[in-house]
Amino acid sequence: MSNVYFEILRPGINTTIQDCGRNHMYHEGIAVSGAIDQRNFKIANKLVDNHLNEAVLEFAYQGPLLILKNNKINFSITGDVIFKIIRKNLKIEDGTCYKNYILEEDDQLDIISTKNTAYGYLSVNGGFQIDKLWNSYSINTKAKIGPNNGKKYSTEDKIFIKNSRLKKIKKIEINFSELSDNIIRVIKGTNFDYFSSEAQNSFFNKEFSVTKLADRMGIRLSGYNLENVISTNIKSEGLVRGTIQVPADGNPIIMLSDHGTIGGYPKIGVVIAADLDRVGQLTPGSSISFKEVSLEEAENIFKAYNEDTNKYINECN
Amino acid sequence: MIKNISNLGDTAVYCDFGSEVNETINSNVIDYFNHLSKLVKEEKIQGITNLTPSYNKLIVSFDLNITNYKETKNLIENLVIQSNVKKNNKKIKIPVCCEKEYGLDFERLNIKLNISEKEILKLFFSKEYFCYMTGFIAGMPFLGDVNEKIRCDRLETPRVKVPKGSVGITEQFANIYTFESPGGWNIIGKTPQKIFNEKNLVEPSLIKPGNKISFYQISKEEYLNWNE
Repeated sequence: MSNVYFEILRPGINTTIQDCGRNHMYHEGIAVSGAIDQRNFKIANKLVDNHLNEAVLEFAYQGPLLILKNNKINFSITGDVIFKIIRKNLKIEDGTCYKNYILEEDDQLDIISTKNTAYGYLSVNGGFQIDKLWNSYSINTKAKIGPNNGKKYSTEDKIFIKNSRLKKIKKIEINFSELSDNIIRVIKGTNFDYFSSEAQNSFFNKEFSVTKLADRMGIRLSGYNLENVISTNIKSEGLVRGTIQVPADGNPIIMLSDHGTIGGYPKIGVVIAADLDRVGQLTPGSSISFKEVSLEEAENIFKAYNEDTNKYINECN
Repeated sequence: MIKNISNLGDTAVYCDFGSEVNETINSNVIDYFNHLSKLVKEEKIQGITNLTPSYNKLIVSFDLNITNYKETKNLIENLVIQSNVKKNNKKIKIPVCCEKEYGLDFERLNIKLNISEKEILKLFFSKEYFCYMTGFIAGMPFLGDVNEKIRCDRLETPRVKVPKGSVGITEQFANIYTFESPGGWNIIGKTPQKIFNEKNLVEPSLIKPGNKISFYQISKEEYLNWNE
């Protein structure tokens, strides 16, 4: 057992452990969970020389204030994040994302906030000292499963860090830039024909805005009511990440990592896999529009997304 | 058998077994689910990440890094399914306390259905139910079919919090809230029995699709002293 840990001095809004997600549990009613932004999660791990699927700390908007106890560590933060390192001698350093740092015993890490996105990631070399549940480290606060008894972190909680092999640390810093347009690509849903032709056109031509009801379960949109001409309910059936459901009020909801596993609202579309990271990072008040792509196009875009991710991963070598 | 296969986005196959809800169609869904689960467990197929059976659909999610829609669709189309639902036909008895403080919606049901509380309970407890699926929240079973005389719509305004263990009915279905959750079902009682146990790593859900469920009434005293 390691005795190295972060103590939480301020928990932040929604600080949890995440990884690539928990598969093979949908039929039990348990969502996949996992990091909302999978690319930034993987890059965070690579920057500290971890396996790409090592557990990281995910935070939303305001992040945690942490103090490190009993040893030094190598860490990195990814996303669009403002943070400071408060050294033991009270010297304050501004932090830079996509770069690895040494944090000494009794130093503090103040993750102040994300800027134009919702989520950021903190990785530590060696990973956290926690147990997997159903083959994943992810905390699912809805089903109350995973590390920390399935709860988000609170003040005074301790997060133990595995004894790392801090011998020679290679300084790494990469240039990360993501396209910032808000066009989300979707494949038509299985109930696309439930909607009036006007609603179908509007779905792909109007702008929608992200409401305050946005969290790890999903994002509710507003701006244009999509008229349903067949039925506003279907017999409940499985959902996947990225499904866009439209309840009776006509306002679309995009399902994210902690979504209910089944649902009874018609599905107008599904966000393509390559755009899930960007959708998850949308903040309340931002505008988005949807663009239709074919399955074949989506598969090609996913290849390009993977190549892009690998480019960043390779830059860390 | 599967009537139609299509894609749900770029990472899932949507298998449509029909539009009605009945045991025959659902058993078919469960046969496919069991067959595919076995192949996944035995690592005979790669890339499947989740299988989600429901009343009359099966969604097969896959990892686009490993496989794709075309390959997964072909795999499903070429399966030779043997019905083994009998193996799944376990019978489970669930205790329910229907005291006023747990049966939140008797008044509403009285008004909507013009039927007494006593009659509702008699009709509810006299039937054995079939588990069509579990989901929405961890381990929540969707059971059917309830007697036609006690079928009622969802609440017009769903509750923000339905207490854990609540037993609800809506339309032809009954369910059990395995966690405190928002919800709009008509609540008629509460069970002290643990329906989802995250400590049981192999079978966290007590009730599985295909199981036969019957309920029996217990007193408040029995409810409060319940010991599993």
